Amino acid sequence: MQGKVEGGVKSSSQCGLKSDLSSNNTSFFSSSLSLKSLKLKTKQQALLIRVTILGLVYVLAFISRLFSVLRYESMIHEFDPYFNYRTTLFLTEKGFYEFWNWFDSESWYPLGRIIGGTLYPGLMVTAALIYWAIKFLRFSVHIREVCVLTAPFFASNTTIVAYLFGKELWDSGAGLVAAALIAICPGYISRSVAGSYDNEGVAIFALLLTFYLFVKAVNTGSLAWALASAFGYFYMVSAWGGYVFIINLIPLYVLVLLITGRYSMRLYIAYNCMYVLGMLLAMQIRFVGFQHVQSGEHMAAMGVFFLMQVFYFLDWVKHLLNDPKLFQAFLRITVTFAVGVGAVALGVGTASGYISPWTGRFYSLLDPTYAKDHIPIIASVSEHQPTAWSSFMFDFHILLFLFPAGLYFCFKKLSDATIFIVMYGLTSMYFAGVMVRLILVATPAVCLISAIAVSATIKNLTQLVRAKSKVAHSGAGKGTSSAKASSKASLDQSLPFQRNSAIALLLGAFYLLSRYATHCTWVTSEAYSSPSIVLAARGAHGNRVIFDDYREAYFWLRQNTPPDAKVMSWWDYGYQITAMGNRTVIVDNNTWNNTHIATVGRAMSSYEDEAYEIMRSLDVDYVLVVFGGVTGYSSDDINKFLWMVRIGGGVFPVIKEPDYLVNGEYRVDKGAAPKMLNCLMYKLSYYRFGELTTEYGKPPGYDRARGVEIGNKDVKLEYLEEAFTTSNWIVRIYKVKPPNNRW
Amino acid sequence: MEALQTLRLALVFSIFVHLSLLARSSSLSSSELRIVNAERRIDLSSHIVRVYLTLKVENTGTSPASEILLAFPPTQVDHIALVKAAVPVGKKKKKSYLPLDVKSAEVPEGPNGAKYFSILLLNPLSAGGSVTVEVLYMLTHSLEPFPLEISQSESQLVYYHDSAIILSPYHIKQQITFIKTPSTKVESFTNVESTDRAGTEIKYGPYEDRTPYSYSPIIIHFENNNPFAVVEELVREVEISHWGSLQITESYKLVHAGARHKGIFSRVEYQSRPSISGVSSFKLLLARLPPRVHSVYYRDEIGNISSSHLRTDSKKSELEIEPRYPLFGGWKATFIIGYGLPLQDFLFESSDGRRYLNFSFGCPLADTVVDKLTIKVVLPEGSKSPSAVVPFPVEQHLETKYSYLDVVGRTVVVLEKKNVVPDHNSPFQVYYNFNPIFMLAEPLMLASVFFFFFLACVAYLHVDLSIRK
Repeated sequence: MQGKVEGGVKSSSQCGLKSDLSSNNTSFFSSSLSLKSLKLKTKQQALLIRVTILGLVYVLAFISRLFSVLRYESMIHEFDPYFNYRTTLFLTEKGFYEFWNWFDSESWYPLGRIIGGTLYPGLMVTAALIYWAIKFLRFSVHIREVCVLTAPFFASNTTIVAYLFGKELWDSGAGLVAAALIAICPGYISRSVAGSYDNEGVAIFALLLTFYLFVKAVNTGSLAWALASAFGYFYMVSAWGGYVFIINLIPLYVLVLLITGRYSMRLYIAYNCMYVLGMLLAMQIRFVGFQHVQSGEHMAAMGVFFLMQVFYFLDWVKHLLNDPKLFQAFLRITVTFAVGVGAVALGVGTASGYISPWTGRFYSLLDPTYAKDHIPIIASVSEHQPTAWSSFMFDFHILLFLFPAGLYFCFKKLSDATIFIVMYGLTSMYFAGVMVRLILVATPAVCLISAIAVSATIKNLTQLVRAKSKVAHSGAGKGTSSAKASSKASLDQSLPFQRNSAIALLLGAFYLLSRYATHCTWVTSEAYSSPSIVLAARGAHGNRVIFDDYREAYFWLRQNTPPDAKVMSWWDYGYQITAMGNRTVIVDNNTWNNTHIATVGRAMSSYEDEAYEIMRSLDVDYVLVVFGGVTGYSSDDINKFLWMVRIGGGVFPVIKEPDYLVNGEYRVDKGAAPKMLNCLMYKLSYYRFGELTTEYGKPPGYDRARGVEIGNKDVKLEYLEEAFTTSNWIVRIYKVKPPNNRW
Repeated sequence: MEALQTLRLALVFSIFVHLSLLARSSSLSSSELRIVNAERRIDLSSHIVRVYLTLKVENTGTSPASEILLAFPPTQVDHIALVKAAVPVGKKKKKSYLPLDVKSAEVPEGPNGAKYFSILLLNPLSAGGSVTVEVLYMLTHSLEPFPLEISQSESQLVYYHDSAIILSPYHIKQQITFIKTPSTKVESFTNVESTDRAGTEIKYGPYEDRTPYSYSPIIIHFENNNPFAVVEELVREVEISHWGSLQITESYKLVHAGARHKGIFSRVEYQSRPSISGVSSFKLLLARLPPRVHSVYYRDEIGNISSSHLRTDSKKSELEIEPRYPLFGGWKATFIIGYGLPLQDFLFESSDGRRYLNFSFGCPLADTVVDKLTIKVVLPEGSKSPSAVVPFPVEQHLETKYSYLDVVGRTVVVLEKKNVVPDHNSPFQVYYNFNPIFMLAEPLMLASVFFFFFLACVAYLHVDLSIRK
């Protein structure tokens, strides 16, 4: 019966819309079944309700991610997904072998990019397999639809894994709560709405699956589960670079278990099988390859692997020796020796260059200030910024309060599994604090731990409510035996209003959970469902105005420029230009070559004649800039410009940031620095903008994005000419003129 | 070896053709026709040149004549999209036109490679009788932009080449030609005898007694800022579903075929001075769709295009579409328009029990030329023996297409035609046999899949497959 009560509670509180349905279902089932005297057993009822709830949660997780399709259209969002879409298209058209050996000459001109060897193919292969399966079943679906819906589909699958994980950690009630929480948690939805076809979409599923299977393997000590978790790990490695988190968290967990004296044969089997097979499988991914045994980030796993062998050896020796004193001495020698050998091996490996040092991204995770000082290209990405409190609140809402409560329950009932989830929760929370986008990794842990809190609290409260009523009933009915009952409920007597307060607390919990559901729906529909390619705004009469300038420009490039034209833009738009514009770009969002990006940054921040030299040397035909001065679109190139200066200046010291600032202030009006007013980016953004009146009652050349009148209204271009400007001026494309004849 | 054989074959064939033509032409030349009065009006106001020809033909020979020949110079004949002829009947008030059949004819004795069309008269013209024939023919790609490239602020000037005297295999007693230009801005025109210009009209003639095949080339250089909208390739797919709807998908490759755009495109100029900037460009197209159209979409390879308006009433639907950017000379845009229509408006059953689709040929976009039009009629799965009836010659072949839940595939009737103008929007029919039982195939297939799935679930729950007890 436990399952039934809880189930009903959960679905009504979280599912919002679905609550009527599920309660109807249960009432319908109970009434019709009781009528027919075909009574199900309690266990079967529980199973039925559980399956129904899971089914509803599965559907809910899918449909709540479809806001973007309903509001806009079935399209790929943002930046990276366009690359994934382009590669998936290539994969479905040309086949896997071609895909694996793909050298892309359309990006990073003139260097090109070995796509097959520099991407995580998991997402594309998954989408292609789904596509082929659907095609085999004779459904004529476009590959774009498959790509758009991949992330919601995997989010649905994640809820099932969350249920299983919760069941493994606590009980099936906690599993159901976890499934419902994760289905609508904004922290996860932000990366898995329909259209955000990114690695993270499938990676969170793979991450949680790997963890679940590993915990299952540790709990059972079964080789089969360990093998399954190795395959889960393989899928994760194929899908996302975040697999490094797994390969460091699991060793850390094992280490903690070793230190706390929880070493067991189960752990030995689980870890060794998972690590060895997982490593071998991971090395099959070309982008990872031998890094898995050579790079610094993976060394912890290997160290713990050897440590496990030492532990096993010591255990064996202890078993043989039977003499504690001798064993102590032996232990001391062996541990010293093992640690010494390990340290020497690490030292030699690092010194000889066999073990590569940690990458900048990894450093910036451990030390949040590292990127700011050393790698501006990482720091320039907004999703790599440290997380603000508000975004924690935004993404987790009540889970933020439930998380510590859940930790409390975990510590109260400590087991191998709860230790794992505690460690996962704490480490991922730390990383979520370092980088905004890692909130995503913390979300499953937060949901699971909160689910434990919710489940345990509600279970306790309902028990109290029910125990009291039982007492009352028995007290009234039996009379003499009430002494027995009262002794059973001795706690009740100490707290007279316990039942009432339990009911009040239950109501409070339901209220909180319903607030959570409302908040999640609101966040999903308002904040996380815009594709960022198409911008929408409210018009003067309350009507919806759509700015489709990006696609206008990309489609213009696609149709009206020579097929081999090279387009220079800031790297943010690289993927979109290649995917939608089908033209060669100089730099794109795969920021693998800092110098190349710095060259573009330098061109953008130089005077026109100097920039012309750089552009000629890069064979640039068109320059594309994004400009929000007419519409008030704030994430345009002028606002990103300081990063171009910084990244350019990081490689080419000719570019100095102070030249573009006035008293440390960045401005574009009359008081701006002279270099700022004459650099290429300024000229391209504001070319002939001075003639335009953007807002009533303001002088011509009033920049609405920055709220100032621009400083240089008389922009003359010598080496470039305007080729195209979109209807709202958001994208401006310039053609680089051929050099003048010498005669 | 093979090449040699084909060569020999071709030779034999050509001799055969020549012989047969000779036999035919001799019969043609036997009739002695004369044109008493000819009036030609050439309308140059859009990029499709429309020529209205009124001929009064007299038979001076002895035997009755059944056809009248029209001659065209070889440069023009490739651009002819359509030739229509009609005979007016009745008096002025109740005047109506009876259409006549027009065929392209092969006459080997034409000078300088002149090409012919022959008009088949309803009743052979008896000796000494006369008849008035109205002819309309349309020329596409006949206005040649000069200068070839213009900048944003310039307007578009084009050349039109023709002859001041009507090219004809017959003697013309009296003739006159009027040429209508879109505006009064005419840069130049060839001045031959009795040429006159007034407003937007240039008059050549009247000329008396011109011998057959008289020719007097003229060039008119004038301003034409009408949208030169040319669809290079249009594929219209009409999918019939017997469940009650007709789904049409049209994919366009649109190009501005006027003078090429040169140099910069300035948005400031385009926005603030629309009357003088980019006058030859266009940004709006009108598609006339059948009434009761539903679920209309307008998109391209990279997604939905949000700038379109649909107006529907009981007679017609009008879809106003804007490409993503204004089209200047030489700029291209590809897009797809799709819509659904109720089946009962277009699918009928003929008296012999066959079904037929009655749909309009041609391009729904107003005032555009389609260089290559492909119509694909996707018949429902299980249809047999399709045949198409089209009022003008088209290329036909069959294809197979696999769509949702198809096992054997759907038969596709493919009709192809080059050089299509809006006047080709006349209905065509596709007849086929269909057994309604095939409609149930797909739902039954789905139902059985689900049935077996649930059966498997039940079996799984009830059958114990474990080895250990």
